[in-house]
Amino acid sequence: MESFSAIMAEALGLILSGDPDVIEIIVLSLRVTLSAVAVACLIGFPLGATVGAFRFPLRAGVIVVMNTMMGLPPVVVGLLVYLMLSAAGPLGVLGLLYSPTAMVIAQTILVTPIVAALSRQVIEDLYNEYSEQFTSLGVGPLDRVLALLWDARYSLLTVALAGFGRAVAEVGAVIIVGGNINHVTRVMTTTIALETSKGNLQLALALGMILLTIAVIVNGLLMAIRGTAARAAYV
Amino acid sequence: MSEAVVNISERKRAPLARTGAVGPAPLMTARGLCFDAGGQRLIDGIDLHIHPGRCTVIMGANGSGKSLLLRLLHGLITPTGGEVRWQERPLDAAARQQQAMVFQRPVMLRRSVMANLRFALSVRGLRGAERKTRETEAIALARLDALKDKPARVLSGGEQQRLAMARALVCAPRMLFLDEPTASLDPASTQAIEQMIEDARETGTTIIVVTHDAGQARRLGDDLVFLHGGRVVETGPVAQVLDNPRSQAARAWLGGRLFVPATP
Repeated sequence: MESFSAIMAEALGLILSGDPDVIEIIVLSLRVTLSAVAVACLIGFPLGATVGAFRFPLRAGVIVVMNTMMGLPPVVVGLLVYLMLSAAGPLGVLGLLYSPTAMVIAQTILVTPIVAALSRQVIEDLYNEYSEQFTSLGVGPLDRVLALLWDARYSLLTVALAGFGRAVAEVGAVIIVGGNINHVTRVMTTTIALETSKGNLQLALALGMILLTIAVIVNGLLMAIRGTAARAAYV
Repeated sequence: MSEAVVNISERKRAPLARTGAVGPAPLMTARGLCFDAGGQRLIDGIDLHIHPGRCTVIMGANGSGKSLLLRLLHGLITPTGGEVRWQERPLDAAARQQQAMVFQRPVMLRRSVMANLRFALSVRGLRGAERKTRETEAIALARLDALKDKPARVLSGGEQQRLAMARALVCAPRMLFLDEPTASLDPASTQAIEQMIEDARETGTTIIVVTHDAGQARRLGDDLVFLHGGRVVETGPVAQVLDNPRSQAARAWLGGRLFVPATP
C-alpha cells in the first residue's frame, strides 16, 4: 500500500488535472444536491413558517413529528423511495429508478424535515417579537407568513446550509435509488464509497477533499452574507 | 423648557368631559372588563367610555394593569370577562383596522425605514400613487427623510419611536393607543413624540396613552384614569386628578409615597 503522502499527492494531481470524469461526478453531485435543497426549501420554509406562526390543535404533535423526522435514517428513506419507484411500486410507471431524479427525491425527503423544523424555530422566535405588532396592524395570515419569511431571510440561509450539508454528504439513500451507475448516477459520496472498497484511494481522497472544500466555501459565503446582514441590523 | 413643549402645555383645551360621563356617543366602551391569568385577577371589572377626539391618560404604579388594559382595549388580548365595544359593536378585526398602537419598545421589521411604512400601508391594501404619497408624508412627519433607506433597527431609540409613531399614523387611525411612548427617551425625543401626538389629535384622532410622567399627562391629556390593582380607583379631568386626588392610591403615588394596601 502506498504511503499517505503519495496518495495525497496523486489525489491533488487528479484534482489539478481537471479529470473529466471527476468533474462530471462533481457537477452531478452539485446538481442533485442543489435541486433537492431547493425543493426542500420550497416545501420546508412555508411549512416551518406556518407551524411557527400559528396556533392550531395538535401543533405540539406536528412539531414533535417534524423534529423526529430530522433524524430519518437515509437507508430507510432510500429503501422506501426504491419501493415506490421500482417497477412493481406505485410510481414504477414513471421509470425514475436509477436516475438523478430518484436521487433528488430521496434527498428531498431527507432534507425537508431539517429545513422545516429549523425554520419553524427561527420563524417562531421572530413571530414572538412581531406578533402583537402584526395583530395591531391587522396583518392577514398569508401576509404574516410572507413577512416572516422575508424578515428571517438571512437566518433561513443558515437553515438551507444545514440542509445542503446533510444532502451533499448523504450516501445511503442515493446509492440505493441511484445505483451508482457510472456517467449516470455516480456522485461524490457514492464514488468515494465505491473507490475505497476497490482500493483506489487516490480518487476517493481527491473527491473527499473536493467535498470538504465545497463545504468550506459554502459556509464561508454564508458567514459573509450573515455578517453583512448583521452589521446592517437585518438579522 | 423648549418652545414646543410650552406650546403643548399651554394649549387651550375644549371643556373637559369626565371619562364616561358626558359628551358625544363614546367611540369605545369597556364594560365589566376582567382578565385573569395564573389564578390571579389582573384586570378587575373596568368600565370605561372613550369619547372621540379626547386624549385619555392611564396612570398607575407598576403592575397596576395599565399596559394590560391597553392591550385589552385594542383587542390584542381577549378578556376573560366583560367586553370591549367599538361604536356600540363588538370589537373585531374590522374595528381594529381603525386603530393603531405604539409599543413602549418599538417593534421594527428587519427592513428599511421606508419599507416599514410601506408594509403597514400594504396590509391595508394601499398600492401605487396613494401609497407613495402617504409614505412621503409619514417620513416627513417623523422627520426621517435623511434616514429613509437605512435599516430601521440601526436607528436610535428616539428615531425608532418616531418611526413607530409614523407607521401607526400613516394608516390614519381613528384611535391611537400609546404604551409609554416616551419611556427612556431624552427630552428632545420626548418633545418630538409629543408633537406627533398633538398633530394626530388635531386631525381628530382619539388617543389613549399610558404614562408614568405626570408632566406629560398634563401636557397631553384631557381625561385621566388611575389604576390600582387592576381596578379604576379614580377618573376625571387630568388637572383635577393630579391636583386633588381623591383616592388613597393616587394620592400616595402622586406624592411619591409607597402605598401597599393591607392584605386581607
